[in-house]
Amino acid sequence: MNAVVQRDNNQVATTQPERRYVAPDVNIFETKDDYVLEAEMPGVSKEGLEITLEGNVLTIVGHRADPTPAGEAVYRESRPLDYRRVFELDPAIDGDKIGASVDQGVLTLTLPKAERVKPRKIAIA
Amino acid sequence: MALIRWQRPETARWDPFHQLSSLRDEIDRLFESPFSALSEGLQPFMSGWSPALDLYEDKDNFLLKAELPGMKKDEIEIQLHDGVLTLSGERKEEKKSEGADIHRSERFVGRFQRTLTLPSQVDADKVKASYQDGILTVTLPKSEAAKPKQIQIKTQ
Repeated sequence: MNAVVQRDNNQVATTQPERRYVAPDVNIFETKDDYVLEAEMPGVSKEGLEITLEGNVLTIVGHRADPTPAGEAVYRESRPLDYRRVFELDPAIDGDKIGASVDQGVLTLTLPKAERVKPRKIAIA
Repeated sequence: MALIRWQRPETARWDPFHQLSSLRDEIDRLFESPFSALSEGLQPFMSGWSPALDLYEDKDNFLLKAELPGMKKDEIEIQLHDGVLTLSGERKEEKKSEGADIHRSERFVGRFQRTLTLPSQVDADKVKASYQDGILTVTLPKSEAAKPKQIQIKTQ
């Protein structure tokens, strides 16, 4: 079973033709109790984050806080776009208990598994 | 060497024109020098992580911005030598994912190094750096000799 499935980003782009986004790089791993999602969004502070959960669709949007500095750009490799990526969550995730934190441009989401899907040890009577 | 960041294709948005122009660039580059094209093409796979750099210039300063998400201040090294600025560092794999099932692993781990030749002389003693929201900002004041000077024309 695929735990946290990423939706096709092209599909997202066509529904929002006016705005362009860049998809943040993510790591997703699963521990005994939860899934952890880390997304790299340099330039985004806590205030610039929008995390929404609709049904089982999780949307992460990050607005860059850093304004373009004064002066002329000599080189430019970064893309001055906001971040956006959409994930479809496993129904086993408890949507009410999602935790989020951001540290130096890395968003960490902790997505706990619902109690009912955790492995249970059954004692033999 | 071209200072263009390598992008993994799956993270970039599909843009037919962009694809076309980059294909053309690739072909152009092949004809320029077959061996350098080959080594440049392989570089992303060998160097692993190449953080994006932006360099801005105004009257008094150069301003360098580097996207280095999720690092610690003391894992980043900045060196300035003869007008050549080198950024290097290492991002270590975090312990918390150890023993966990990995579903996606797109973030780079390991060493990076970027070198940049500054367009003019800077005052090495007055260079300042800060790190916030995963962005390293280095302010490099231009040396007096490099600043533009207005020359007054004297009339007799």
